[in-house]
Amino acid sequence: MATLTFEVVTQERTVVLTDVEYVLLPGIEGSFGVLARHQPLMASLDLGVLEFGPRHGKRRKIALSGGFAEMHDNKLTVMAHTAELAEEIDVLRARQAQKRAEERLAERQADLDIARAQIALQKALLRLKVADED
Amino acid sequence: MAQSSRDIKRRISSISKTQQITKAMEMIAASKLRSAQETVVSTRPYYERLTSSLGTALRAVEQAGEELPEVARNRGGDTHCLLVLAGDRGLAGGYNAAIIRQAEAFLKEHPQTEMVMVGRKVRDHFRRRNVTSLAEFVGIGDVANLRIAQDIGHVIFDFFQHRLFDNVTILYTEYINTVTHRVKLRGVLPLPEQIKETESEGPEALYVYEPSIHAVLETLVPLYVNAAVYQALTEAKASELGARMNAMRNATDNAGELIRELTISYNRARQAQITKEIAEIVGGADALQS
Repeated sequence: MATLTFEVVTQERTVVLTDVEYVLLPGIEGSFGVLARHQPLMASLDLGVLEFGPRHGKRRKIALSGGFAEMHDNKLTVMAHTAELAEEIDVLRARQAQKRAEERLAERQADLDIARAQIALQKALLRLKVADED
Repeated sequence: MAQSSRDIKRRISSISKTQQITKAMEMIAASKLRSAQETVVSTRPYYERLTSSLGTALRAVEQAGEELPEVARNRGGDTHCLLVLAGDRGLAGGYNAAIIRQAEAFLKEHPQTEMVMVGRKVRDHFRRRNVTSLAEFVGIGDVANLRIAQDIGHVIFDFFQHRLFDNVTILYTEYINTVTHRVKLRGVLPLPEQIKETESEGPEALYVYEPSIHAVLETLVPLYVNAAVYQALTEAKASELGARMNAMRNATDNAGELIRELTISYNRARQAQITKEIAEIVGGADALQS
C-alpha cells in the first residue's frame, strides 16, 4: 500500500514523524480519513482522537487538543497546542485533572470560568479515553 | 594615602569572595544558556511552518476575491496592546533597562496602549509610575514555559477578539548569539503583510479547505499568536541568560583586575614596613655603638 509522510508537531517537540498508510483526523465537523496522495488540504481540527497506522488493523492513537492539519506533496503535518501519544499519557494525572474540573464545575461559583473548566474536563476525559483504548 | 597592609589584605579577601560568587553565577547562566539556545533553535521551524501555511491560506482568500474573516482583518484602529517580555531578576547588565526604555518610548508614541507584562523588573518599574497593566506574569523562571506562553497568547487573543485593542505588538530581546542581543518590536496583530509573501516557488497548489477557508484561518490565527509569543519568550529567556553571563564575566574580570592592583600595593606596603624596621634596627645599633 502507498504511504504518506505523517508528522505531528507542537511548539516544544515533534511528537511523531513516520510513514503511514492512513490517518484519521478529528475535523471540527467530524472525523475524516487521509490516504496517500491526497490532494492539498488544510483543515481545522477539534479536540479529539487522532489515529494513524494501516488502513485495516491496529492503529496508534494521539490525544489532540485541537489544531491544524496541512497535506501537501504527500506529506501531512499536524500542528497542535498539545498532542500526546496514547502510551505517553499519564493516566493518574488525567484522573486528577478530571476530578478537579468536575469539582470546580459542581461548585458553580460566580467568579468561576465555566468555559475553561469544561475544556479542562474534556481534555482530561479525552486523555483517559485514548489511554484506555490503547 | 598609603593603606596599612592589614586593611589591604582584608579588601583583597573580600573582593576575591565576591569574585567567587560572580564566577559561579556566570557558570550557572552559561549552563542554562546552552539549553535555552537549543529551545530557541528547535521552536523556529514550527513558527516558520505555521506562518507559511497562514500565508498560503491568506493568498487563497485574496485570489478568490473573498473577504477575510474577522480575526485576519486589519481594523485600522490606533489602540494597542504591548506585550513586554523581560526578566524577573537583575544582575544582567542593561538587559531589563533596555526593554523598559523601549517600552516607555512605545507608550509615548502610542498613548492608547494596554500592557501585558512578563517579568518582575518591568512590573515593578511601571507600578512605581502608576502605569496599570492588563495582565502580569511574574516569577516564571529561567526556562521559557510553553504553558505560560499559551496562557499569555490566550489572554491577548481573547482581548483582541473582544476589541479591547486593534494592534498587538511584542517587545522582546532577540537572541542573535551569546554576546549579541537586540531589543525588538514585533507586530503580531493585525497579521503583518510579510506573512503573505512567504514561500512562493512555482505555481500555487490548489488546496481544499476543511470545513471552510474561514474556519481554517480562525484556527490558524490563534495558533500563530501563541507561536509568536512562545518564540519571543524563548528568545527573551536566552538573551537574558546571555546578558547575565556577560555581566557576570565582566564582574569577575574586574574583580581580578582589582585583586592584582591591590596585591601590588599590599606587597609595596609590606616592603616599606620591612625597610622601615631594618632602618630602625640599624639606627638603634648605631646609637648603641657611639
